[in-house]
Amino acid sequence: MALDPSFVGRSYPPTPPYRVGREKIREFVEAIGATEPAYTDPDAARALGYPDVVAPPTFPIVLTLAAGQSVIDALGIEYARVVHGDQRFAYTRPVVAGDELVCVCTVEEIMSRGGHDFLTTRVDVSDAAGAPVVSVWTRLVVRGDA
Amino acid sequence: MSLPESWAEGQELPAQTYRVTRADLVRYAGASGDFNPIHWSDRIARSVGLPGVIAHGMYTMALAGRALTTWTGRADAVIEYGVRFTKPVVVPDDDTGAEVVVAGVVRSIADGQAQVDLTVTSGGEKVLAQARARLRVAGGPAVSTRVP
Repeated sequence: MALDPSFVGRSYPPTPPYRVGREKIREFVEAIGATEPAYTDPDAARALGYPDVVAPPTFPIVLTLAAGQSVIDALGIEYARVVHGDQRFAYTRPVVAGDELVCVCTVEEIMSRGGHDFLTTRVDVSDAAGAPVVSVWTRLVVRGDA
Repeated sequence: MSLPESWAEGQELPAQTYRVTRADLVRYAGASGDFNPIHWSDRIARSVGLPGVIAHGMYTMALAGRALTTWTGRADAVIEYGVRFTKPVVVPDDDTGAEVVVAGVVRSIADGQAQVDLTVTSGGEKVLAQARARLRVAGGPAVSTRVP
């Protein structure tokens, strides 16, 4: 079942601000097994010139996954059929604890190939001042019937 | 290990090896909010044509991201980081799980930034393609609009 291509170019309203907590970063850091002090120790982060602990490079997926969920739901995609195709992050600056981040999700591409559907979204993440922090591209593959 | 200040084009970065178990996937599901059942249910994974439970692609990407920060020695190294997930990392329901090996080569280095190409394998097979990062290897913090 092909995805509705009319969604391409649609942008969704900004998400409510997500406040990045030190302990959420710590939970994520422990889950991936990372050990850099600046991820968990505010003093180590300040020594690098950041106001609070820094999040690992793939941390924004915590926000962008949720921001993209509305697109998945609107397209009627069955989540168990979804596998991740591509992922990219382009940073203006790292995410740090205390950030209040807002996501704007845009559908960049929808296509079908080899019996599977492909959905590419871009989530632009900005801070409370409206300054860009990171842009996050996600390409999902919706597996066709086996 | 050599500091990024001394990196040269074509330099191979020391391979990092990580182990992934089912328990890691459960923990990552909770931390990331990705509760797709293909990452915890063999029954559902097989029903959609997978060999069994597979690791979150983002978990593999996070492990390769650990290699990036290990190589550079800085938590804020990543400016750009992208991958294509080409083959799932199948994680057996046992105590040893699967192994993910992350190798890197410095493709170019200039103006305090390095382009690194990654090779990420599990069980000897590539699981990521077009895995690349642009890294900050010199200079101070990235611009932050907030002050402490």
